[in-house]
Amino acid sequence: MATKTDEMIPATEADAAVYRVIGTRPVRPDGVDKVTGRAIYGADVVLPRMVHGKVLRSPYAHARIVSIDTSEAEAIPGVLSVITSKDLPSVQATAKLGEGGEVNLGHLSGNVLAREKVLYQGHAIAAVAATSPHIAAEAVRKIRVQFEELPPVMDVRLAMEPGVTLLHDDLFTETAGEKAAQPSNVAAHLIAEEGDIEAGFAAAHLIVEREFTTATVHQGYIEPQNAVAEWRADGQLTVWCSTQGAFVVRSQLHSILQHPISQIKVVPTEIGGGFGGKIPVYLEPLAAVMSRKIGRPVKMTMDRAEVLMGTGPTPGTYVMVKMGVDRDGMITAAQSSMAFEAGAFPGSPVGAGVMTVFAPYAVKNVRIDGYDVVVNKPKSAAYRAPGATMAEYASETVVDEICRELGMDPVEFRRKNGAKEGDWRAFAPPYPRVGNLECLDATEASAHWRTPLERQGADGKLRGRGIASGYWFNVGLTSSCSGRLNGDGTVTLLEGSTDIGGTRASIAMQFAEAFGIEYEAVHPSVVDTDSVGFTEVTGGSRTTYATGLAAVELAKELQIRIKGELAKLWEVPADAIAANGAVFANNGKSLTLKEIAALMEENGLQIQAAITVSPTGSGGAFATHIADVEVDPETGKVDVIRYTAVQDAGKAIHPSYVEGQMQGGVVQGIGWALHEEYVYDEKGQLRNGSFLDYRIPTTLDTPLIETIIVEVPNPGHPYGVRGVGEVPIVPPPAAIANAIFDAVGVRLRDLPMSPRKVCAAVQAAAG
Amino acid sequence: MAKVNIPAAMRSLTGGESCVEVAGATVGEVVAALDERYPGLAARLTQEGPAGIKLRGGLTVFVDGEMPLGGLKARVGPESEVYFSPAIAGG
Repeated sequence: MATKTDEMIPATEADAAVYRVIGTRPVRPDGVDKVTGRAIYGADVVLPRMVHGKVLRSPYAHARIVSIDTSEAEAIPGVLSVITSKDLPSVQATAKLGEGGEVNLGHLSGNVLAREKVLYQGHAIAAVAATSPHIAAEAVRKIRVQFEELPPVMDVRLAMEPGVTLLHDDLFTETAGEKAAQPSNVAAHLIAEEGDIEAGFAAAHLIVEREFTTATVHQGYIEPQNAVAEWRADGQLTVWCSTQGAFVVRSQLHSILQHPISQIKVVPTEIGGGFGGKIPVYLEPLAAVMSRKIGRPVKMTMDRAEVLMGTGPTPGTYVMVKMGVDRDGMITAAQSSMAFEAGAFPGSPVGAGVMTVFAPYAVKNVRIDGYDVVVNKPKSAAYRAPGATMAEYASETVVDEICRELGMDPVEFRRKNGAKEGDWRAFAPPYPRVGNLECLDATEASAHWRTPLERQGADGKLRGRGIASGYWFNVGLTSSCSGRLNGDGTVTLLEGSTDIGGTRASIAMQFAEAFGIEYEAVHPSVVDTDSVGFTEVTGGSRTTYATGLAAVELAKELQIRIKGELAKLWEVPADAIAANGAVFANNGKSLTLKEIAALMEENGLQIQAAITVSPTGSGGAFATHIADVEVDPETGKVDVIRYTAVQDAGKAIHPSYVEGQMQGGVVQGIGWALHEEYVYDEKGQLRNGSFLDYRIPTTLDTPLIETIIVEVPNPGHPYGVRGVGEVPIVPPPAAIANAIFDAVGVRLRDLPMSPRKVCAAVQAAAG
Repeated sequence: MAKVNIPAAMRSLTGGESCVEVAGATVGEVVAALDERYPGLAARLTQEGPAGIKLRGGLTVFVDGEMPLGGLKARVGPESEVYFSPAIAGG
C-alpha cells in the first residue's frame, strides 16, 4: 500500500495549541523488536514440560449432539487429556465483561464448548492435549460424535419468520426490559425515536426508501488466536495469549471456569491485529482446563480455517433506510429498520448500528428499529466500529441518491444537514462539540475534491467519484497506569492496555508532555494483570484517549510525590516548589530530575505512583471520505484509483499513527466493499475458509490513500484527543458504491460489490 | 427537577411522553419517582442483582452528558438531564 502524509488542519487558531512532544513523530518503542523478529507473540511462548492442544469442531451448522465417545482418542499413546463441555462448570448468570452491555455467561461458556447442540460449522465440541501437535490432531480425528442434524438457519430475515427453526428454545425477544411470551430467534428489539416521523414524511418533497444487505466478513487479523495456560498445583492459573484486553480475558476465565479472579494472571503477548475480534476467549479456557487436569502447561493455536470458522466475524445484515427531504434539501424525516446476525448466540452490534445510521445528520423526526437475530453462524464479535459500517453504507448511499435527484452538491447537502453540537443523536445525550462540519469543509478544500476526474479510463473503463461520511461514538471506560522514577532520571511507565496501533508511543508521549520531560526518557511497557491496575480492552477507540488520560494524571501524581520528598529535603512547603519540565526549584535552589532520581536512589527512596481513571467524555469522531473508482463494464471489476480520508482526530498525538489508522481502516473498508464475504452453501458449510478464497485486499488492490487530519479538540480530554481507530472503516463502502454509480449509473445495495454483481447490474441497466 | 429522557421502547408506559421532569437526588431516586408516576418503569429500568436492585443489564445512564460511576447511586442535580439508553460496545 502506498501512503502519503498529507495535511493537518486545526479547527480554529485557538485550537492550534503548541506542544513540545504531542504532534511529533518519534520512533515507536516496540518498533525495533518487531522489525527484527524479536517481539514475542503467543505462538512463540514455550514453557518447560509444555504439551499441545487441539480442538474438535462441528462439521454441521446445526445439529443435536447425541453422544460423544472419546475412548479411542484417549487410548492413543501421548494423549494426556480429552475434554468436552462436561468439564466446564454450568454457569447461568450474566456479567459485565469488557465494554458495554451484559454478557450471558451460559452463552459465553456454550460458545467455548458446545453443550446439547452445535450451532455453527466450526463450533468447538471437544479438545485434546497431547505430547505433540500431531498426536493431538490425530486424537481429534478419533473422537466419535453422533449428531442428529437440524435445519440450519443462515439468513437474518428468514430467521425472523414465524415458524422457522429455533436455535434456542429459551430465547425470547427482549424490548427494553420486556420479554416476549413466545421463544424466537430475535433476541432483542431496539427502538430509537424522536419527533414525529409521519409528519416529517408528510412534509417531504422527495422520499427515497431502499433496502441493503451486507455479507458476513471477518476482521482478517494476520495472527491467529493462541493461548498457553499453566495451572499450578496451588491453583494459580497463568495464561499467555494474544488479546485486546488481558483483564477481560481474566474476567471471562473467572466466569467460565468459576475460578477465583485473584488466582488468575493473564500475560498479554504482542498482538498481530485484533480489530475487535480478540476480545472474546476461545482457546484460553480449554488450555486452562486441560492444564489443570494434567499438571502441565498446554499450548493451543488456531490455523486460518479455524479462525474463519470458529471465531467471531462481523455479522451479515439487512438494513432498510427511508429518508425524506424538502425542496431545499433539508431532511424532514429519517427512518431505518435493521436486522443484524448475532451468530449462534445473542449479541450483534445492532445497537451501534441504530446509534450511527443517521449520525452525520441533524434529524428531527426519526424512528430506528434494530433487531438482534441468532443464526447458525459463528457468534459475531466486534469489528472496528462494529455495526456502523453496515448502517452508514445504507444511509450514505440513500443520501447520495437524494443529492442526485435534487441536483445538489453532496458536500453541500451534508453540510446543510450536518450534525453539530447540541443536535439529537440516538441512544445518547445531544452531541458535544464534534468535527462533522469541519471534516466537510476540509473535504471541499482538498486537492482531491478540487481536481476534476478524467471520466474515461483505459480499455473502455469508466471512472466515477463518490463521497460518504461516517461517525463512530468512541468510548472511555477504565484505564490504569503506574510509573516509577528510575535512578537515571528516566521513568518506567506500566500500562494495562495492549498495544495494537502504536499506543505505547501515544501514551508515553502524553506522559512526557504532562511531566515536561523528553519522550525518550519514558519507557513504556504493557504488563500482565498482576502488575498494573484494572484496564478495559483496547477497543472502542479508547486507548490513546483513556489510558493517555491515566498517563497524564500519573505524571501529575509523580510530580506531587517528588515535590513532597523535596519539601522534606529543603524544609519548605511542597506547594512552594515549582516544577518546570525536568527542573524542580524553590527560592534559588533547584535540582534536575536526574539529580533528584540519583538522590532518591542514594537514600533508598522510590518515587512511584499508580493511577486509575474512568473518563466519560470520549467525544465522537466524524470522517468524510472521497473515492475515485475505475469500473470495467465488461467484467464488473472495480479498482479504487484514488482515495482521500478526512477525519477529526481531536488532537493527533502521533500523526503518523493517526494516518496509519486512517489508511488501515480504509483498506479494510475497501475489502468489505468489494471483495470480502463468507460464502456458505445451503447446508451452512463455509466454502471459502482460507485466505486463498476469502479475499482480503492486498497492496495491489489499494491506491495511494491520502489523509487529512482535522483537529477539533475533544472537550473531554486535556489535549483534545478523540479516538481515531474505528471511524475510518465506516465511509468506504458507501463512498465506493456512490463512485460506482457515478461511473456506470448503477446502484449496488449488496456487499460485497463483487465483479459478478457489478457486471449483472450494468447488464441489467443496459437492458 | 431533573429532566429524564424516556427510552422510545418504554414510552408506552408514559403515555407517549419522551421527556418528563421528576425529583430525585440520585439515579435510584429518579427511577423511584418515575415508577410512582408511571408504574412499571422501574421494572423495565432495573433488576435484582447480587447486591440488591441495580440498573438493568444492557442499560447505560447518562447524567448531564456524562456516564457517571455508581449506577443507581450516582448523583443527580436539580437541573440535571438524565438519559437511559442501551449500553453499546465498540471494537
